[in-house]
Amino acid sequence: MELLNALVALTNYVIIPATSYGAQLALGALGVTLIYAVLRFSNFAHGDTMAFGTGVVILVTWGLQALGVSLGPLPVALLALPVGIAATALLLLGTDRVVYRYYRGIRAAPVVLVMVSVGVMFIMNALTRFLIGVDQIDFADGERFIISARTWNQMTGMREPLTLRTTQVITVVTAALVVVALFWFLNRTRTGKSMRAFSDNEDLALLSGIDPDRVVRVTWIITAALATVAGTLYGLDKSFKAFTYFQIVLPIFASAIVGGIGNPVGAIAGGFIISFSEVGLTYAWKKVAGYLIPGWQPDGLLQLLSTDYKFAVSFVILLLVLIFRPTGIFRGKVV
Amino acid sequence: MSFLDASEMTGGYGKADILHGCTLTVDKGQIAVIVGPNGAGKSTAMKAVFGMLPLRGGSVTLDGADITALSPQDRVKKGMGFVPQVNNVFPTMSVEENLEMGAFIRDDDFRDTMEQVYTLFPILKDKRRQNAGELSGGQRQQVAVGRALMTKPKLLMLDEPTAGVSPIVMDELFDRIIEVARTGISILMVEQNARQALEIADRGYVLVQGANRYTDTGKALLADPEVRRTFLGG
Amino acid sequence: MSTSRQPGETSPLRAPLFFAILAALILLEGLTTGWNSALGILNMGLISAIMALGINLQWGTAGLFNAGAMGFLALGGLAPVLIAMPPTPGAFAAGGWGILLAFALAAAALVGAVLAWRRMSRFRGLAVVAILLLGFALYRLAFDPAVAAIEAINPSAAGNLGGLGLPTLVSWPVGALLAAGAAWVVGKTALGLRSDYLAIATLGIAEIIVAVLKNEQWLDRGVLNVNGIPRPWPVPYEIDLQSAPAFVARAESWGLDPTLASTLLVKLAFLALFLVVILLLIWASELALKSPWGRMMHAIRDNEISAAAMGKNITRRHLQVFVLGSAVIGLAGAMMISLDGQMTPASYNPLRYTFLILVMVVVGGSGSNWGSVLGGVLIWYLWVKAGDWGPDLMQAAMAPLPEGDFKSHMINSAAHMRMLLMGALLLLVLRFSPRGLLPEK
Repeated sequence: MELLNALVALTNYVIIPATSYGAQLALGALGVTLIYAVLRFSNFAHGDTMAFGTGVVILVTWGLQALGVSLGPLPVALLALPVGIAATALLLLGTDRVVYRYYRGIRAAPVVLVMVSVGVMFIMNALTRFLIGVDQIDFADGERFIISARTWNQMTGMREPLTLRTTQVITVVTAALVVVALFWFLNRTRTGKSMRAFSDNEDLALLSGIDPDRVVRVTWIITAALATVAGTLYGLDKSFKAFTYFQIVLPIFASAIVGGIGNPVGAIAGGFIISFSEVGLTYAWKKVAGYLIPGWQPDGLLQLLSTDYKFAVSFVILLLVLIFRPTGIFRGKVV
Repeated sequence: MSFLDASEMTGGYGKADILHGCTLTVDKGQIAVIVGPNGAGKSTAMKAVFGMLPLRGGSVTLDGADITALSPQDRVKKGMGFVPQVNNVFPTMSVEENLEMGAFIRDDDFRDTMEQVYTLFPILKDKRRQNAGELSGGQRQQVAVGRALMTKPKLLMLDEPTAGVSPIVMDELFDRIIEVARTGISILMVEQNARQALEIADRGYVLVQGANRYTDTGKALLADPEVRRTFLGG
Repeated sequence: MSTSRQPGETSPLRAPLFFAILAALILLEGLTTGWNSALGILNMGLISAIMALGINLQWGTAGLFNAGAMGFLALGGLAPVLIAMPPTPGAFAAGGWGILLAFALAAAALVGAVLAWRRMSRFRGLAVVAILLLGFALYRLAFDPAVAAIEAINPSAAGNLGGLGLPTLVSWPVGALLAAGAAWVVGKTALGLRSDYLAIATLGIAEIIVAVLKNEQWLDRGVLNVNGIPRPWPVPYEIDLQSAPAFVARAESWGLDPTLASTLLVKLAFLALFLVVILLLIWASELALKSPWGRMMHAIRDNEISAAAMGKNITRRHLQVFVLGSAVIGLAGAMMISLDGQMTPASYNPLRYTFLILVMVVVGGSGSNWGSVLGGVLIWYLWVKAGDWGPDLMQAAMAPLPEGDFKSHMINSAAHMRMLLMGALLLLVLRFSPRGLLPEK
């Protein structure tokens, strides 16, 4: 019984939150890693791309809500997603046309493109703030819980509560669908394969008649979709605040590099490694330990790190990977 | 007129020319080999034929059509296939996907061609699900040649296909290249292993400093004491 | 950082002209808004210029992308707190030794882990994890009670260790050293790998340093802020000036209000101090860049492959220049805290303290020291003024519209115009004039 309670507490406070957070990081890292694989630079504007896409989704959600649209237990934001993706795709394609294309033409060094992405970051930052402001916004509607603490108690009679929020389930399900669709696209379609070919060996891809502009366009569109979905899921699960999205690039980059930058499977694995480490190290293990070791009441919270240091977790994992295996766990692109 | 006729090619990357009136021709279904000392412009000459080097003078015709002004991609569409010396496969894609990418410009059904490649290189059929980057050097070269064959080229160009492979693998590769030529495809290749390459060559070119020094059949060049002494090490 | 660098064909009058324009802008600010505001912008602009000099050393001379200037700046800012503030009575006795012991234990665990990794063959992963876990537990056992003891001392006013009570000027080089130490750790791991890994690693260290400053109350009172950091020599205090009859008489003889005169004099004193530091930095940096070391740095930047072929150890050179540049940023951080007289960890914002500095360097001219100074002051001026102009412009543009949600939203958003301005400026300069306003010679 105590063991069961420990398991429930662990599920409630670590496994469920880390899984949904990991899914969000994985989607973000996929976007970063795709840009890296095809355009060969680390896109510092990715967090702001996510914020922009989410901002559009929120505006459309408000519009739909004003019209009285409801999805029953599901949040209306899911209906708004396609609009958000389309708007973000247009923004990214426009940015590529006006900004990045020139640097591809002159074959600029990757670090120059990183600097360019900082400029883009400033502009997207301003756009998002124009669009939706800087305040914290909660835009999740529909049913809040799939299992609330009370239902759980009634169902099982257990003392230890367990809650499962709708947004957490939606996050994991949507992320899984998106990932399956992405891998199907990359591994089964001609366009997807041509993207991988371009990423593998640009010169040979050109020789084979693959149109680089088309590959780049498709990459931006997919990135827009990944960023908007990741941002919306993160916003539904927690809440939307433009600055948080700017900060989240760090765990996202860490996920991509830990998994092996440029490698989509690695991005997903990296997302979950980072999220479970972050949640696990900042969780107060007192309760679980209390169940597992009967009669022991630890003095402290048994929290390894205060939650204020969650960025430190990403960073330390990043450093360890850079020191011991710079190509990442799944061997990404060249070091 | 020969099937490929690259005549009097002159040009280079910067101000200094690398090629000085270099002429290369290949007849249908024949094997032409370019040999010569290091820095003679062998690979450059091949790149010029493929449109990867700006030419100041000379012309390239393929099957009677002037292609001097075309880009490499357009030359592929006209029937040229090119196998670079290094980085000539997509390493994280399977063998089969490599072949598919070779056929990227084709809109028709290319399963026949893929079967032909598998018949030519049976080992690739066994490894078709494996990533090209995980294969041995010789197998990777087979993938590279197979990829170039997927467009059903009429002229196949190979830049040092046997660089860095063992003598046994080299012999096998040369055998396959002869087989390819027997199907009516013209072959133009650059080779470091001059002696072995000239043995299978219908026509051999010895380039020195970007210009033709000796041109003859492979057999004749091998027999020429002057060529043997200067270029084949006795 | 463009790959092709032609020798400068720019007119020798270019630099004087741009600095004259800058001076005119500051003068205009003084005449319209007031000298207090003009000198305020100029002083902060000069500190930004020092940050830009540090970033320029990294980006301009070596092509290293540092996305964590904020962290080195904040770490440098810790120096005045630890050096110049008076010690909190009893704090060190209560917990100082405990904290030192905790750090010693942590260091011992790290060394032990490294040794285990190097010496052992089998189970070394397991051994390293065990050593680290044990070390962490011991560290917490020593650290937690010590922190609690320190934070219990007079929590409303202190609750931290306090400083050494030394002159504030001493803290400036110490700030540089602190930043250099952090930069060495980051550079050692991330340099020599892909160029953008350094960017991501620095982005991370910056977030962590600021998180530490925000949360470690025993160190710097965290978000409670440290106030009343002593001014560096020879900057006077306004209140002393105002109570000095000689100063009041002098001010009145010039027709100035003594209160205003005292604030102006304080700002001018800071200004003089900052100018001295900038000139020293530029002198040292020009000297270094003209030496064989500097020529090698340029050779490496312009062609890494051939420099490596010539047997230059690029990673080591990059580490040197990265540490030096970060030290300059740390120096600027200590100076900034001395100017403000307080440490407010919550005010460190990456857009302002990391990315804006990059804009300053690129706009001023990558690789050019005078360009960094120009960019530093000019961009800071634009950043401050765009915050004023944005809402004014928007107000004017929205005037014909009826009052409503849209109008108020647009007017409220106008403050973000400066982000747009900075982004556009950075992109335009990178695209059309990659060598900046004052190109490197």
